[in-house]
Amino acid sequence: MSGRAVITGLGVVAPSGMSPGEHWDTVVEQRNRLRRITLFDPSPYATTVAGEVADFDVTGQVDGRLIVQTDRWTWMAFVAAAQALADAGIDPTELDPYDLSVIMASSSGGNQFGQRELQRLWSQPSRTVGAFQSIAWFYAATVGQLSIRHQAKGQSSVIVSEAAGGLDSLAHAARLIRRGSVVVIAGGLEAPLSPYALSCQQRNGWLSTHSDPQRAYLPFDEDAQGHVPGEGGAALIVEDLDHALARGATTLYGEIIGWAATHDGAHTRRGSGGSVSQYARAMRLAVDRAGLRPGDVDLFVPDALGVPSYDATEAAALREVFGTRGVPVTSYKSLVGRLYQGGSALDVVTALLSMRTGVLPPFAGLRRPRTDHGLDFVSAPRRTRPDVAMIGARGFDGFNSVLVIRRCGVETTSSGDGEANTSADNGAARQERAA
Amino acid sequence: MTSRPRRVVVTGVGVVAPGGVTRKAFWSCLTDGRTATRRITLFDPTPFRSQVAAECDFDPAEAGLSPLDQRRSDRYVQFGLAAAAEALSDSGVEWREDLLDRTGVAMGSAVGGTTALESEYVVASDSGRLWLVDPDCTTPFLYQALVPSSLAADIACRYGVHGPALVVSTGCTSGIDAIGHAFHLVQDGEADVMIAGASDSPLSPVTAASFDAIKATTPDNDDPEHASRPFDRDRKGFVLGEGAAVLILEELDHARRRGAHIYCEVSGYASRGNAYHMTGLRPDGLEMSMAIDDVLRQGRWNAEDISYICAHGSGTRQNDRHETAAFKRSLGQTAYDIPISSIKSMIGHSLGAIGSIEMAACALAIEYDVVPPTANWANRDPECDLDYTPNVARELPVRVALSVGSGFGGFQSAMIFAKPGEGAG
Repeated sequence: MSGRAVITGLGVVAPSGMSPGEHWDTVVEQRNRLRRITLFDPSPYATTVAGEVADFDVTGQVDGRLIVQTDRWTWMAFVAAAQALADAGIDPTELDPYDLSVIMASSSGGNQFGQRELQRLWSQPSRTVGAFQSIAWFYAATVGQLSIRHQAKGQSSVIVSEAAGGLDSLAHAARLIRRGSVVVIAGGLEAPLSPYALSCQQRNGWLSTHSDPQRAYLPFDEDAQGHVPGEGGAALIVEDLDHALARGATTLYGEIIGWAATHDGAHTRRGSGGSVSQYARAMRLAVDRAGLRPGDVDLFVPDALGVPSYDATEAAALREVFGTRGVPVTSYKSLVGRLYQGGSALDVVTALLSMRTGVLPPFAGLRRPRTDHGLDFVSAPRRTRPDVAMIGARGFDGFNSVLVIRRCGVETTSSGDGEANTSADNGAARQERAA
Repeated sequence: MTSRPRRVVVTGVGVVAPGGVTRKAFWSCLTDGRTATRRITLFDPTPFRSQVAAECDFDPAEAGLSPLDQRRSDRYVQFGLAAAAEALSDSGVEWREDLLDRTGVAMGSAVGGTTALESEYVVASDSGRLWLVDPDCTTPFLYQALVPSSLAADIACRYGVHGPALVVSTGCTSGIDAIGHAFHLVQDGEADVMIAGASDSPLSPVTAASFDAIKATTPDNDDPEHASRPFDRDRKGFVLGEGAAVLILEELDHARRRGAHIYCEVSGYASRGNAYHMTGLRPDGLEMSMAIDDVLRQGRWNAEDISYICAHGSGTRQNDRHETAAFKRSLGQTAYDIPISSIKSMIGHSLGAIGSIEMAACALAIEYDVVPPTANWANRDPECDLDYTPNVARELPVRVALSVGSGFGGFQSAMIFAKPGEGAG
């Protein structure tokens, strides 16, 4: 085995669409999917807008008994993981079960299920919950269910670093591949829209209270005032390169070549914006690990929290590493909301699709971009094929994560003067052409 | 890959456990064979089938937590902070700017802030009356309760460390898995020092009700001190617990250079999934055995090298049978000669935390050459016929300690600690 981690399959369940293709169309066409919450009556709450997966129905895709035993969060993961496996052309029954792992991020568990059971427990004198509360709500529920459904007996894990978790799970999948694992289902999904979960989020001080979906979440804009939550995310198949080539994988979307996580070492406070130096350090560490220089990065997909002080910090970290307007920056998050760990996983999908299609999608929702940030916002679609993309994500209370991916078919190495040499990676290129 | 992996050692241990808050008190409790299980006092257990638990007599102020810490952090985070403080002080690590950048946090928790989430829910929902709950009267730190990453964040913030931080939440193997994750990060050079362990404080009505509903916890409420009976013929289920343990994992040369006391070396870590059932276990113990085989291979150990097995030993009918089968499958006839114990007999099952507390017990067993016993063991079960070190601790040379964990979701994990100098290297 090569120890090199390539991404060979994508699955998306998000407000932007129920497949990578639908998601990409929504992003490129900048269709705003935010709306007034319909999963419950949001009128008592300050935040009334969110990114919902419209008309999501898992019936028919999963055994009915399993639907009863699991939360909406797990349902989304069932659908996304099945899509990703199909996209990769992997039938798990043909794998050695010990060669398949599941590493997903999870930061709030089965919210709807949990609230229903808490209500049953506290509103009825019998003081009971249903038999499935113990397996549906906890953070490991989705990974456990996916491992059973796809017979994954390899090392699996559940990673929690709030919204940075999607990147951390992919980094960990790459670590496992380096250590000899073969196929990993990775990424993250999130279902944060129950009344109680929304109440919890309202307490973190980051949510936007704008009731107009067009204006509710405007990262890096003069009118930014926080974000709104969204549900869904992505599952990705991370696979050893040799294994992917040997089985004739149809698509090598990209390779995970760098990652890093740092912590601010300080809490999130009202008015604080996180640590510029620690976020910048994560970016440099990830680029170093990849054996590249910042100048080799062709696209940056930001955390884009939408909280002005945090947007400023992210911009400052980018300037510190890349220089003023040193890398194209794009985000679609104002269209779908903040999907927490699902969002950072979906950002990776977005970057991979940009590599595949040769288009940098426009930065959605930027009407009055903050010029003082010194960032190169992609204001209209750019026809250029990025070879290397960096994705950044942060988690509440100080987590910073950065992932660097490279298009398959190119090997970029940094030369002394910072210019990139590009040469074909024969095996990967052959596969890419065959696709 | 090409270069030899870096070696990782344990240089500090901190414990908050029932029967003993602090490493020393914890070890006395275990080696005395004392049980810390009792009728639940943290909430009124009367409505529930299982009414016993192992509770920590934890005083946050005594543990050095400020009023703000106490308000911000749920009980499980407070345990984690206290255990981290003890472990760091034990390790004698002195902070320099570059070391802060090279120090990370990997903490496990199975259920995170459940206790706070539930108590705040009761207020916000007016005791379950409102579906559209009202957040205005809840704690301003409610979001910290929702996301269990708070546990790692609060420890990182306490010491200002800037390395990779995360929580691993793989149910009841969270503790072993978080230490395993930290082990890999140090091995791979992503950090030089990791603050690693786990914490859980699940004792609340929703937890009691959840385990009642699947009859996983014991219904024996009449004699709380003897309610946890792992490997005994008459075991009836596990007894809930709470607590935390933190180990300081450090790259070997880094520890040597500063002359740190080395408890033991992390010799290997492995995990498998049973891909079978969210709560059920295959009687043959196959996947746990695969994890054990893997850690034996990593350290190049033979079955005869294992001095002690710190078992998962939850005291449910199926677990103890499953685990015994796994030991026999991996260790063959030698399994009969190795002292095994379940410390859950004394301090209960603290879900995600227990794996880290069990690793702390392994480090201390190696340090002091004592194997803690399985308390409350009285009657031999024909399906559990190994040496479970009944009731009385044993003094014997502990060179290599194996610990295993098994959890909801099918996770099966194993880890080996070795006395310094014992490893093949």
